[in-house]
Formats: sequence, C-alpha cells, structure tokens
Amino acid sequence: MVLLGQRWAEVYMKAHPDVTIQVTGGGSGTGIAALINGTTQICQASRPMKAEEKNSVKEQRHGDAVETPVALDALAVYLNKDNPIEHLDMDQVARIFRGEVTNWKEVGGKNAPIVLYGRENNSGTYVFFKEHVLKNADYAEKYQALPGTAAVINAVQKDPGGVGYGGIGYAKDVKTISIAKDPAANPVAPTMDNVLNNTYPLSRQLFWYTAGAPAGAMKDFVDWVLGPKGQKIVTDVGYYPLKAQAQ
Amino acid sequence: MNWRRAVDRVSEILIFTVALVAIAIILLIFVYVGREAFPLVTGTAEGLTLASPFTAPYTWQPVSNTPKYNVFPLILGTIKVTIIAMLIATPLALAAALYTSEFAPRGLREWIKPAIELLAGIPSVVLGFFALMVLATWVQAGFHIAYRLNALTAGIALAFAIIPIIYTVSEDAMTAVPRLYREASLALGASKGQTAVRVILPAAIPGIAAAIVLGFGRAIGETMIVLMVSGNSATWSLDPTNPVRTLSATIAAEMAEAVFGSGHYRILFFIGSLLFIITGVLNWMGERFNRRLRERLFGSA
Repeated sequence: MVLLGQRWAEVYMKAHPDVTIQVTGGGSGTGIAALINGTTQICQASRPMKAEEKNSVKEQRHGDAVETPVALDALAVYLNKDNPIEHLDMDQVARIFRGEVTNWKEVGGKNAPIVLYGRENNSGTYVFFKEHVLKNADYAEKYQALPGTAAVINAVQKDPGGVGYGGIGYAKDVKTISIAKDPAANPVAPTMDNVLNNTYPLSRQLFWYTAGAPAGAMKDFVDWVLGPKGQKIVTDVGYYPLKAQAQ
Repeated sequence: MNWRRAVDRVSEILIFTVALVAIAIILLIFVYVGREAFPLVTGTAEGLTLASPFTAPYTWQPVSNTPKYNVFPLILGTIKVTIIAMLIATPLALAAALYTSEFAPRGLREWIKPAIELLAGIPSVVLGFFALMVLATWVQAGFHIAYRLNALTAGIALAFAIIPIIYTVSEDAMTAVPRLYREASLALGASKGQTAVRVILPAAIPGIAAAIVLGFGRAIGETMIVLMVSGNSATWSLDPTNPVRTLSATIAAEMAEAVFGSGHYRILFFIGSLLFIITGVLNWMGERFNRRLRERLFGSA
C-alpha cells in the first residue's frame, strides 16, 4: 500500500507545489503506531483499526480516529508459475498456512513440500490474512516472514514449492489462484469485477486514518484522493477503485 | 613558546571531552534501553514479567489472540546462525592471517590486507541483498535444500561480514610477535611452516582468541543480513537447513509496530538489553585477551 501512498503524494505535490507530503512505509501496524505516537498526520492501513488502537488515538491525540476507505484490494494467494494448481478453497489455504498440510499432493498438486512465505507481523496484510483465512489461529512455525510484499513475490518466483499472499497490485511473474469460499462453492478469480460484486472471498478495503476529521490542506488531499484523479492512480498502481467511482 | 603549551592544553581538553561524550552516549543508550524494559521487573508491563520470555509454550507469536513471547526459539536461532558463521569464518580468516603475516611477500601483503579490510566496509544491507538474490540460489541448488532462505545461507553471508574482523585482529597479533622468535626458530633448523604453526600461532594465541570473540560479538548483533536471508521463522529445531529467526532481526522487524509502552514493546527492549549485555561481555573479554597478548610478548602492557 506504500506504493499507492507514494504515487498519490508524488502526483498531488506536482499539482500543488505548496504542499509537502512525506510517505514512510513499514506496514499498517507501523502507521497506526505512528498515528498514536503523533509522528504522522495520516496513516494508511490495509486493515481496520482495533478498538484499543482507536482508544489510544483518542487518549494520546485528543481526537477520534476517523476512518476513510480510499481503495479496494483483492488479497491474492501467489504460487510459483510452475505449480499446476489453479484454485484452492479457503479451508485448504487455511490448513496450508496453519501447517496442517505440508505437501502439495494433499491439495491436488505435485509431490513436493509446501514452503510458506508471508509478511512480518507489523503488516496489516499479516493480520487480515490471519483473521479472515486462519480464523485467528497462529501461523505455522515454519512460516517465513519477509519484510515486504515485493520480497514475498521475489521468493515465490524463485521457489517452486512456494506460496505467499499479498495485494493483487504486486503480483508479477507469479500465479494468482482462484479461491472458493468453501469446498462446495465455485472458485473465484481475484479480478476487479469479482471484488466489486463481492464474490472474491479475500476482498478488502484500504483505509486512511486521521486523528479527528481531516481539515484544511489535509482535507483537500483526502478529497483529491477520493476524487477521479486519485482513484485513477489506484487503478494504475494495481489496486481497485472504490465502488462509486468505478460505476 | 608559551602559546604552544596553551594549544597543547586546549587540544588535550578537547579530546578528553570528546572521549567523555562518547562514553556518556553509550551509558545513556544503555540506561534508556534498560529503562524501557524495566516495567517487566516491576510488573507493570501489561501483565508480563521478567519470567514471561522464558516460560512455556516455546513459541514466538507476538501477534496472536494469546500472544506468546518465548525467546528460546530466537536464542536458538541466533546461536545456530552465529555458530555456522564462526565455523566458516574462523578457519578462513586465520589461514589468511597466517599467510599474510608469515608467507606472503611484502608487496602482496600490502594488497591483501587492505582488500580484506575493505570487506568490512561493505554495508551489511548490500551483503544481505547479494545473499538474498544470488547466494541463496547457489546454496539451495548446491545442497538440495527445501527452504531457499535458511540458517546455512544466513550463516555463510554472515561469515563474509565477520571474516575481516577476525582477520585484521589476528593478523595484527601475529605480526606483533617479535622478530627474535622467528629468527630463533629458524636458526634452530625449523622450516618456515613449522615456525608459523608451532611458534607464531601459540605466541599470538591471546590475540587470536580476542579476534574470535570480537567476531562472535559482531555475528550475534548483526541484523540486516539475517533479516534478509534467514527466512525469519521462529522454529524450534537444530537443523541448519531450516529457516530461523534471530534476536536482532526480531527487534528490527517488530519494533516499528509495537505501540509505546505495550508488553510487546517491553519484551523487545528486554531482548535489546540482552544483546547489549552479551556483546558488552564479549568485547570486554576480547580486550582482556588482547592485553594478555601484549603482556606475554612484551612483558607489560
């Protein structure tokens, strides 16, 4: 998501030379901690804030945490291109990442060990995946935590048995599989249409948080991001625009 | 002539102040790191205590419905990677040091030493990037390992970072052995090889020990390389071909996320204090060995 923030900031600053925007990455947890600690004015997050985090913002910043959805995303499950598997159901993905399934042949693939890649625990994607796929169970012990989605992609590209997850915008030279809600349902591909009509099971919103409602220069920026120009960049970077703009 | 003495005095005071500031900074850092971990002692760290990092279950899952902060898998991972790195780096560095100090012609020596020392100047993130993109592929193909990122690859990459340290310190120790020792040995009919192994090496042993201890300290604290190539999974296994998570990489990966004052934050600072103490003790030991070398060779320090 940092990619998106950077592109927004670049284009906006070009059009508004009097405004300076600094973008720092690190993961949703990093951004939320920065908002609580007062080192940032806007924090991007790929997961909703937790109640205790909202309370901390209120206590430390004397303003309610205001949530603004800014884009949509399909959380994709990446496989190596040589992996013959085309689709899995949510339960299979969960069992793979909980470490209960350790060989691809158990889910209809080749006889090869499964190697798990994902984000570090400061990532909103890590938490989102844990809540929505693993149903809050812990990741497998051998789950390998990498410092960013680009690193996850790189690992899956090079590892024939690799599987990872991350935003659809990052997928390059990896296979993004279709996912079925349950074993009986039809597998759904992570396309824009399937995210907009809410049939892809791992659709999610991307948020901006501010302490108190955005005002002044900040409000102008937020409005611009939600407007056609900002939402065009969402599509350029590889995420999906909010419903209202897409129609 | 009086102004000269004045200049001397002023520069003396200046240097003394700079040294004092350096010491003060280190002390302050230690106090700060310790203070942030201190609520674990007083029991005001969201229910966590000093015992929490050491109680069952033996897993590190800080982001969980029931967070688990056991540091044993991290300590095991750190030791595993460090030992692999030391096993590779020590023989290579010592052999190179012995060669440059005893056998290499002077012209060659003036090339080898700076070249190896230049290796120490490579930022660890660059070494890590090389290991991630190139070395990991070679090691996985060469040893047929299931995991692309693993303790072995991280250990090899880490060895590159500590070879220059072990090399420089032990080479200095070997060259510091007085000429008389060599001449006496050669005069008694020993060959160059016998002199190197039976005379120079034993005489320089305290310096070599210092070199190894300093290399060990650097390996334990090294962060970027292991963060990039170890796979960062807190496994409870001795197998060097499994991915590992180290203490330092854990701090680097998680500190930015931990909310100020939370239990997770306190534990990370506790790990920081642990690393601080370990490397401090190792450096102190290295210094002691070095002093012993000087006493042995020259009578007094």
